[in-house]
Amino acid sequence: MKPIIEFKNFSFKYRSQKEATIKDINLAIYPGEKVLIVGPSGSGKSTLAHCINGLVPFAYKGEITGTYTINGQNPHDLGIFGLSKLVGTVLQDTDGQFIGLTVAEDIAFSLENDMVPQPEMFERVAKVAETVEVQSVLGHAPGALSGGQKQRVSMAGVMIDQVDILLFDEPLANLDPATGKRAIELIDQIYRQDKTTVVIIEHRLEDALTCGADRIIVIGDGRIVADMTPDELLPQDILQQEGIREPLYVTALKYAGCKLAKEDHPADIQTMDREGHLAGYKGQVRDWFTQTRVPKTEQEREIILEVKNLDFAYRKDKPVLKDVSFRIHKGEMLSIVGKNGAGKSTLSNLICGFLLPDQGSISLHGEDILERSIKERGESIGLVMQNPNQMISKTMIFEEVALGLQVRGVAPEEIETKVFDTLKICGLYPFRNWPISALSYGQKKRVTIASILVMNPDIIILDEPTAGQDYRHYTEIMEFLKGINKEKGITIVMITHDMHLMLEYTDRALVIAEGQLLADKRPSEVLTDDVLTKKAYLKRTSLYDLAVGCGINPPSDLVDCFIYYERENGRKMEETEPCQEY
Amino acid sequence: MSRILSYEEKDTWIHRLSGVTKLIFFLLWSITCMISYDTRVLAVMFVLSLIIFAMSKTKWKQVGTVFKFIMFFLCINLIAIFFFSPTQGTKIYGTETPICHLFGNYTLTKEQLFYEANVMLKYLTIIPAVFMFIVTTNPSEFAASMNKVGIHYNIGYSVALALRYIPDVQDDFAKIKHAQEARGIEMSKKASFASRIKNMAAIIFPLVFSSMDRIDIVSNAMELRGFGKNKKRTWYSAKPFKRNDYITLGVVILFTIVAFCITFQDGSRFYNPFV
Repeated sequence: MKPIIEFKNFSFKYRSQKEATIKDINLAIYPGEKVLIVGPSGSGKSTLAHCINGLVPFAYKGEITGTYTINGQNPHDLGIFGLSKLVGTVLQDTDGQFIGLTVAEDIAFSLENDMVPQPEMFERVAKVAETVEVQSVLGHAPGALSGGQKQRVSMAGVMIDQVDILLFDEPLANLDPATGKRAIELIDQIYRQDKTTVVIIEHRLEDALTCGADRIIVIGDGRIVADMTPDELLPQDILQQEGIREPLYVTALKYAGCKLAKEDHPADIQTMDREGHLAGYKGQVRDWFTQTRVPKTEQEREIILEVKNLDFAYRKDKPVLKDVSFRIHKGEMLSIVGKNGAGKSTLSNLICGFLLPDQGSISLHGEDILERSIKERGESIGLVMQNPNQMISKTMIFEEVALGLQVRGVAPEEIETKVFDTLKICGLYPFRNWPISALSYGQKKRVTIASILVMNPDIIILDEPTAGQDYRHYTEIMEFLKGINKEKGITIVMITHDMHLMLEYTDRALVIAEGQLLADKRPSEVLTDDVLTKKAYLKRTSLYDLAVGCGINPPSDLVDCFIYYERENGRKMEETEPCQEY
Repeated sequence: MSRILSYEEKDTWIHRLSGVTKLIFFLLWSITCMISYDTRVLAVMFVLSLIIFAMSKTKWKQVGTVFKFIMFFLCINLIAIFFFSPTQGTKIYGTETPICHLFGNYTLTKEQLFYEANVMLKYLTIIPAVFMFIVTTNPSEFAASMNKVGIHYNIGYSVALALRYIPDVQDDFAKIKHAQEARGIEMSKKASFASRIKNMAAIIFPLVFSSMDRIDIVSNAMELRGFGKNKKRTWYSAKPFKRNDYITLGVVILFTIVAFCITFQDGSRFYNPFV
């Protein structure tokens, strides 16, 4: 069989860059294959995807060496439009890629460009909408849909062309865990029905592997580091070396000292268990579990923020939050989790004073703060937005961090000391006189955190602090937050979809669904609770299956053991210093 | 939540008309209104504007703010006309009927008052038509109709896309504003006007940057789905011409011709009650 995508000694260098971003790629993908491409940020995996869909070299110019063919044809002869007939791309940012005003128009977009007559368009849109089950929302604005529906609409938009290759660029990035799982299932369903070749680029390997894959290609530093089946790859240490997180159960098995083999089918914990491959490792896991003593740290802490019976609605008939009550203790790291649109952001908006509750109270250090203005609350409660670009308003790092103090009329000398101190804590001191535009995304994020930290708040609320970050940057940001939490005793509240973040870095999770607080307990308990995870659109951790398979009860104890072991013995990435080479 | 000056779906005969019809109506209506100073024509058009506006079921909430804003400028405009050329009316109508002397060289004349009343009437006639066109025409249908009257789809699509992003940018604006307020940048009425203007920069900067991100993504998305491939394109949301469209167009064209005939009947575009 002839490959549908073939790269031979292929390299590409962006025009603005000195060195090639991807080097010496030899890769063949065959029709009907489902391939996962993984790699850390900056490894070149997105560039490889751009080569397949034609953004490279047609939109992003640069220099190509070596050869490549798509469906046996030379991409240069096809052009970006020719390629778009062969390769359908679903971009990472589901919100950003909508073009049409309504769902139907968005799905029809490429047909319009092909000058397909209107009656035929109606017919084809209706048909593809049925496949992805969005026929009931055809007239809605894409922005008004749920995260999962958005994903379906963007898939429909490329499927309508009956492309041979479907390319997904980080399809899970902005979805809550359950919706992400369903997206992967839908991709799998399309792949099976239409025998389409599917290429998925993702760094959340465990989630992407939910429905299996024929092959995993690991990209590291612009080169292909591994190209093998999941069963062959997982027993090895390649993923850790490249800074990609393995499925948790695999890491746990390795911690327990188990030597996995591809015959064990480690790609899926349930298969492993069902086919009896897990049985041989049971003893080792149980030994490891009993040997790892998780200390109990239950100490009474001072209550810093208390929310009581909070109600909120934009419209009377549609309550967004109903009777939400909880307490946050001083020095805690806490996560707020739940489905997209469950009311998590509304909750943080209420705490910061951007919205006023219909009923209930919010108190800080025992004092009611509902009467306080946004600015006044901002002195004790800092908010860090998801996208650093939404916060940065100055061109220089120093000015940006100093802004909050300046507008509060702090004396210049005091500002300087405080800003420098904060920059040192955030590892940004060497860059204090740099323009912000020269920083990486992760560093910009630090700048925004620094600009809040400098005001010495009691609580920092972060909205999706690690969205779209690979494991290395994720670790970098989270270790940093953990550091300021420990050193300065600042309470940290994180709104997140990332189950790993919640497990690894937070002591407690507030689970919100349909505007109600469903649970307030340890993350390990949340993620091993089947009913709760279903209700709140979370995903049960694979460690649960491992625990059940090894007969460990309650399963949350194994999760606690795993997290504790990882914190203590951490096969963590070495703390990455901000790069100095600019 | 109804947003200011954006399309809202309703079921009236005006909404059901094709975008092309509405565009042509809008253009002819505005041109007639701009050229004619014939008070009789303008008065009839003004009344019709109000009737059509009412029929489109447009709510005050959708247009109120903008209307007040325009009224404010209209007042400034009328005052400015008086100060810069207080004898414009006399020049046009050829007579001078003073009402009272104000100060210096400024004398209020009936002609001037009448002339400025005409200017105001023109504004008031065009505004409902503009509002009605914007709030009853689906932006993508608008793009489709611009394309149909011969404008390249690139332009139409840019306009449609801009309209499509207005709500997103408004949301971004609110988010960024809140975050900056929390950092202590006062945007409420507590701050002085000057410092509020200065503080706006703290919002505009991030807003521009996050909008640039959007533009980059959407332009890639468009290219990947074949935008710009052919000289022409079809439109999913184009509405075919129906009986009502032909009737409306007929009436509008007829009206325009009659309006022009009446206006230029005496060789001048001004209606002169003073002779």
